[in-house]
Amino acid sequence: MSEQFTISFEGSVKNFPCPESSRVLIAMEKQGLSYIPVGCRGGGCGTCRVIVTQGRYRTRKMSRVHVSEGQERAGYALACRLIPESDLLLRLAGDVPGV
Amino acid sequence: MALTGVLRAGFVQIRVLEMDEALPHYEGRIGLNLVEKGKDGRVYLKGYDEFDRHSIILREADSPGVDLMAFKVAAESDLDGFEKRITEFGLAVDHVAAGEQPDVGRRIGFTLPTGHRIELYAEMARSENGPFTDNPDIWRDEPRGMRALGFDHCLMYGPNVAEVLRFFTEALDFSLVEKVQTPDGPIAVWLTSSTKSHEIAFVEHAEPGKFHHVSFLLESWNDVGHAADIISRYDISRDVGPTRHGITRGQTVYFFDPSGNRNEVFSGGYSYFPDHPTRVWTPDQLGKGIFYYEKELNDRFLGVVT
Repeated sequence: MSEQFTISFEGSVKNFPCPESSRVLIAMEKQGLSYIPVGCRGGGCGTCRVIVTQGRYRTRKMSRVHVSEGQERAGYALACRLIPESDLLLRLAGDVPGV
Repeated sequence: MALTGVLRAGFVQIRVLEMDEALPHYEGRIGLNLVEKGKDGRVYLKGYDEFDRHSIILREADSPGVDLMAFKVAAESDLDGFEKRITEFGLAVDHVAAGEQPDVGRRIGFTLPTGHRIELYAEMARSENGPFTDNPDIWRDEPRGMRALGFDHCLMYGPNVAEVLRFFTEALDFSLVEKVQTPDGPIAVWLTSSTKSHEIAFVEHAEPGKFHHVSFLLESWNDVGHAADIISRYDISRDVGPTRHGITRGQTVYFFDPSGNRNEVFSGGYSYFPDHPTRVWTPDQLGKGIFYYEKELNDRFLGVVT
């Protein structure tokens, strides 16, 4: 049984579990939730952009058009490329309208 | 030869974030054949039913999207003629030396008012692995994955679509097959140089140079269903479909590559001839135009681009 981390949102009671090594957006969609807007799911479009305000994580490569180096250092990430290494606290920061 | 000047969409160079994710997608899932991994890291692919050496080029980069799309012209002399006409239209033309891509002749290039780089070329080597020509079997090896026959067209997003329509029709002799017309002008155009329903399409969008999708041709509606099976089986990021377009009538499914570039595989659609009238859609009927069965638009399909 893999470890599960809890993904929660600033100023909200919403949260969901994300297995370690799973990408946050994909884990969310598999549970039928729509807390984070979904775009391409590949790090390209910026729809699912968030700011990680608490927690440890790693990311797969993300489009520099939507997450600059400075933003990446400040905690910006695309949820479709975001892999938790602890519980995470997120704030939505989408770049384009999604669904 | 009745078809002269610009023949068809020839190749497109697509940026991907991680080649290790992208290549298995385009080769294994869509079913393109790997032609070459270039010394500069670019990867060249082709559909099994294409005669020319390559049609899809993947380049690893910091952001996904499209570097350029190129059209093949009928003769070397056409490049000089088009350079003159493009310059007279008011676009700056530059030159790409033969060999910048392996086995491709010299190219001329320019940037459209939508922000997209377009190139023209006359020569590309024949594939050593292309379709048979003598008493031809239908393929060399049974097609893989979604069984894409080859590269078909792209849809680009950017500003100044009306000006780009004028450019393609006046400078490159394309035909306007379908359009979405508003009182202020066209906001979407489907253009062809051949009997295909479109070789390239544009949608009006504030940000220049954006890439909506690259499309691959399949043989049948059954193959579109098979592609959808592959999308589900391998957890490929699906966008829309299987469904059908009112515009061009193509039977289609949309999905994203691992870098977020949208892909389409489609079959069907009508043949176009230059004496045909342009088919015109009004914005209030656009839902039916884009998705003929659902008859409603989808924010992600409209808004998500790379």
